[in-house]
Amino acid sequence: MKLHELTISQASNLLKDRQLTSKELTLAVLQQIESVEDRVGAYITMDPDIAIKQAEAADKMLMKGHGSFLTGIPLAIKDLICTKGVRTTCASRMLENFIPTYDATVIRKLKVSGAVLIGKTNMDEFAMGSSTENSGFKITRNPWDLTRIPGGSSGGSAAAVAAEMCLGSLGSDTGGSIRQPASHCGVVGMKPTYGRVSRFGLVAFASSLDQIGPITKDTMDCAILLNSISGYDKMDSTSVPEPVPDYTAFLKYDLKGLVAGIPKEYHSSEGLDSEVAEAVKKAIHTLEDLGIKCVELNLPHTQYAVAAYYIIAPCEASSNLARYDGVRYGYRDKTATGLLEMYMNTRSKGFGPEVQRRIILGTYSLSAGYYDAYYGKASQVRTLIMDDFKKAFKLCDIIVSPVAPAPAFKTGENNDDPLRMYLSDVFTLSANLAGIPGISVPCGFSSEGLPIGLQIMGKHFSEGTILKAAYNFEQATDFHKKKAIL
Amino acid sequence: MKISKEDIVHVAKLARLELKTEDIEKFSLQIGAILDYVDTLNQIDTKDVIPTSHAIFLRNAFREDEVLKDIDIESVFLNAPEKEDGTFLVPRVIG
Repeated sequence: MKLHELTISQASNLLKDRQLTSKELTLAVLQQIESVEDRVGAYITMDPDIAIKQAEAADKMLMKGHGSFLTGIPLAIKDLICTKGVRTTCASRMLENFIPTYDATVIRKLKVSGAVLIGKTNMDEFAMGSSTENSGFKITRNPWDLTRIPGGSSGGSAAAVAAEMCLGSLGSDTGGSIRQPASHCGVVGMKPTYGRVSRFGLVAFASSLDQIGPITKDTMDCAILLNSISGYDKMDSTSVPEPVPDYTAFLKYDLKGLVAGIPKEYHSSEGLDSEVAEAVKKAIHTLEDLGIKCVELNLPHTQYAVAAYYIIAPCEASSNLARYDGVRYGYRDKTATGLLEMYMNTRSKGFGPEVQRRIILGTYSLSAGYYDAYYGKASQVRTLIMDDFKKAFKLCDIIVSPVAPAPAFKTGENNDDPLRMYLSDVFTLSANLAGIPGISVPCGFSSEGLPIGLQIMGKHFSEGTILKAAYNFEQATDFHKKKAIL
Repeated sequence: MKISKEDIVHVAKLARLELKTEDIEKFSLQIGAILDYVDTLNQIDTKDVIPTSHAIFLRNAFREDEVLKDIDIESVFLNAPEKEDGTFLVPRVIG
């Protein structure tokens, strides 16, 4: 096995036993990036010199026996998480030259643990999109089929893991932006419970929905990374002071006695690809063979989730993105002679079309005369969607469903039809509206060889149970072992 | 038409955006289609339903108002497009 093909847990054991140095591992990953990055396009910013320095520091830590699971492990970071001294662009012209003066809390934690931060990954601009085609800089290609999208918005982070240009990565998930690209790229991606991971230093898109989470080669690595980034943070008033268990400890338990809910609305949905439906059905049988009891249930407001989400998220975005005014940081149009003209020019030139579309949609939905009909109504429907989950979790421990209605589509296929693109988020965005955790694990391939993901959702703060189910499923199947051939 | 071109221009201006002529037409159609779709929410009776703005129960995060030296003054201005003597420069506001 080549070094860049190692999982985090495998590499970690070799590093601890001094059979491998972080520098060797980091150089192998950099070599892999050099050989495939021009085809995949996962990274926006890389600084190999910094990465090698971090690797050397990690080797010193390991030599002294001070290492943790992530010491010396090369990781990639979605380019909307602030990294002190390293450009953080959100894939937007608006922040093209923005260099954060502080680290996000998750970055601070990774640095303390001695992780090697290999680069910043491509994404849809300000995380708005499901294909990474909305990046202001470039598109990212799916390592399984370079004519297809990697999913989004954390498309660069998922593609980097699938193409083994890092051992694991961080993404962010506002409506499926970790789980959907993980599904399309055949890797594991988890959106933790809202408040589980600090959002301090995460550039805000929709503050009540955004959550940072891991994208990894397998479930064990997901648990390792989640251990490291979770926890209350006084710098994020919405983070929750809930104790952080050792998530890897859940993986040793079997699934006997666990009850999985199978929501009818997710499995009979219009537009659900037959191969995806078949793969998920087989996955449910596998879970049953592992001792899980499956019960059919209803999440009756599922069909309204897309509509509610695409009011709530743009409303929050229009407010959050008001800060980009060209005054304190970011792009400024220098041709303007007056202040208002400077604001208008800066924002019109700095934001791409999808971001502008959502700002306008959000501003309209919040404006006088429309607030009750749109934002108010959507917020009430959000309550009903949450109640659906509350009722469902009285009957089951986890909920099992597809992640995306179809495998990755071709680049350019949905470009001029935003509504059609939004509808592809139907299975993932309810979890954000309800704040519950969800994971995507590989559960099959289409006849064209494209990865298909299985979504497992759980109650608030039940990441351990979700990881246990995903891990047992993974051990019983081989899907996660198959790799994209580049 | 759910949202007219005039509405698009007006709302864009509120959001400090100036659209190209071809985008006004396009956004009017696209956002109109999205709003039409959103109208499906009206099929649900939400009388007496309490709206949710946040999925997790939150306590107000009170703390002492302490001065911490997290970021120095130079760092604050590091990304400023234009600056002078510890201030952000903007184009003239009053003629």
